[in-house]
Amino acid sequence: MDYILEARNVTKRFGGLTAVDRVSIGLRAGEAFALLGDNGAGKSTLIKIISGVHKPDEGEIFINGKRARIEAPMDALAAGIETIYQDLALAENLDVGANIFLGRERMKRRFGALRVLDDPSMAEESQKVLDRLDIKIPSLKKMIRTLSGGQRQAVAISRSIYWDAKVLIMDEPTAALGVAEQRKVLDLVRTLKDQGIGIILISHQMYDIFEVADRLAVMRRGVKVGERIVKETSPDEVVSLMMGTEEVRKDR
Amino acid sequence: MRSSKSSTAKALTSALSGRWVPVFILLEIVYFCFRSEGFANPNSLQILLFYGVQVFLVATAELFVIITGGIDLSVGYVLGFATVISIKLVAKMMAIGISPPAALLLATIATLAIGVVPGLVNGALVAYLKVPPFIATFSMLGVCHGISELIINGVSAVGLPKLASDIGLGYIFYIVPGSRSSFFVKPEVPRGTAVLQILPNIVIITFVVVALFAFVLARTKFGRHVYALGGNMDAAIRSGIPVKRRILGVYAISSFLASLAGIVYAFMYVSGKADAGAGLLLDAIAAVVIGGASMFGGSGTVWRTMLGALVIAVLDLGLRMSGIPTFDEFILVGVILIFAVVMDRYMQEAS
Repeated sequence: MDYILEARNVTKRFGGLTAVDRVSIGLRAGEAFALLGDNGAGKSTLIKIISGVHKPDEGEIFINGKRARIEAPMDALAAGIETIYQDLALAENLDVGANIFLGRERMKRRFGALRVLDDPSMAEESQKVLDRLDIKIPSLKKMIRTLSGGQRQAVAISRSIYWDAKVLIMDEPTAALGVAEQRKVLDLVRTLKDQGIGIILISHQMYDIFEVADRLAVMRRGVKVGERIVKETSPDEVVSLMMGTEEVRKDR
Repeated sequence: MRSSKSSTAKALTSALSGRWVPVFILLEIVYFCFRSEGFANPNSLQILLFYGVQVFLVATAELFVIITGGIDLSVGYVLGFATVISIKLVAKMMAIGISPPAALLLATIATLAIGVVPGLVNGALVAYLKVPPFIATFSMLGVCHGISELIINGVSAVGLPKLASDIGLGYIFYIVPGSRSSFFVKPEVPRGTAVLQILPNIVIITFVVVALFAFVLARTKFGRHVYALGGNMDAAIRSGIPVKRRILGVYAISSFLASLAGIVYAFMYVSGKADAGAGLLLDAIAAVVIGGASMFGGSGTVWRTMLGALVIAVLDLGLRMSGIPTFDEFILVGVILIFAVVMDRYMQEAS
């Protein structure tokens, strides 16, 4: 099956440090691809390259098989690659609809020429995308501030989906959530997969990965040290890849 | 015993939550009705709105800036600058033979255009050069004060035609009971005849402008972005909002409204002074904070800011009519401001 997003041999150096060293990964539609590694292994740098925050020193990005120029965050967004950061980038003092449409507000005409915010239609559209993703939020009129961590996450994801994300990069989506909320986020990831969205998941939670991911790659000191199909591996093997013990055993 | 006491306190808190301002205004009115004989009169309402116009306009100006998480300390001296500029312009125009109505109109437009400049500079300093709003606008306060003093050379600017005060002190309707009524023009009546004067011109102008800016804040894309800026600057940037242009716009609006308040001042008092708005900064910030806006940005509405301004306007007229010196008012506004902040903090913790 064809990749909707592919990074080939990307390298990123910061001064003398090679943060990402000739790494290749590919993502298919409707699949969740997990990225693992210890702190400083290069996961964050890799996703920042894909989302246009960093420009790679070497290597190429392909979208639907075509070479893509991703040099700024706006390029990634235009290509349908959305990133859900840990801080979610929501305006907590605004309601759900206002956040989903932030910066791209819907307007309607009043008294001929006057253009005013069309809040009812924004709320209606927001409800549609929430329903589509099976997300329940008591009232769209509520400020983000009053929502739980999981609900906020769901709003941030809905915003990306509404604006036609094909690839969703999720950075530690379940960190700082309660157990029940973590479950909901994982359910949401499954729903997204069912709808053909490709997901790149960064997580420290082995449970999350074995629950929802299809494939995984392990990085260590900027290098991809292994790629596995989740069904064919085990947490033990993944941990040893992360720690480097697997490699040592192979060498013998 | 203890639990019943705390539940009473809770009930009181929730009953007052977000509503203590109207209650406070009511208490003020009741107090001043007892304190001063003249106060208990329907006419007091339009008089207090009349003397409050500068507070209403400058508080609206300050609200825009405060919602973004900034502050504009220059509003009072931009107001003074506008009083001086507008009067000097009218005097110059009339000196070269321009008729009073045309001179007033042209000078008003020119003063508004010039009055936006301090705001544009403030906005550019804050948005593009990353100067903290406190420093940028504090410096602008000094610059405006200095330029105004240089222009007037230490004496008040004067020389407005009588038409200016006819507008500034005039009313929309005049009714001579049992005889006739008129619009805008005060009827000629024998001395001592009672004339009912209804709706001061400048109060109407002020509220039309305030309503316009309330609309901008609540119903336009610009307004939505102003809230987003104060709520989460990073989110605003990542959403593609032109953040720098919005900040520039907000400080320009602040300066524009302060200048308008200055022009209105000139029409009311027919004189221009560099420090005409010296005490207004306290009033404006107090009105915004009493109206429930957070100094950290992201919240506040024009409507509630007007309630906050009303607290000050009632106090102002009440004290004047009770013959209490204005210095007492500074103290009281300061105390009420602190009270408002403590009250909001307490309400937040209780809820």
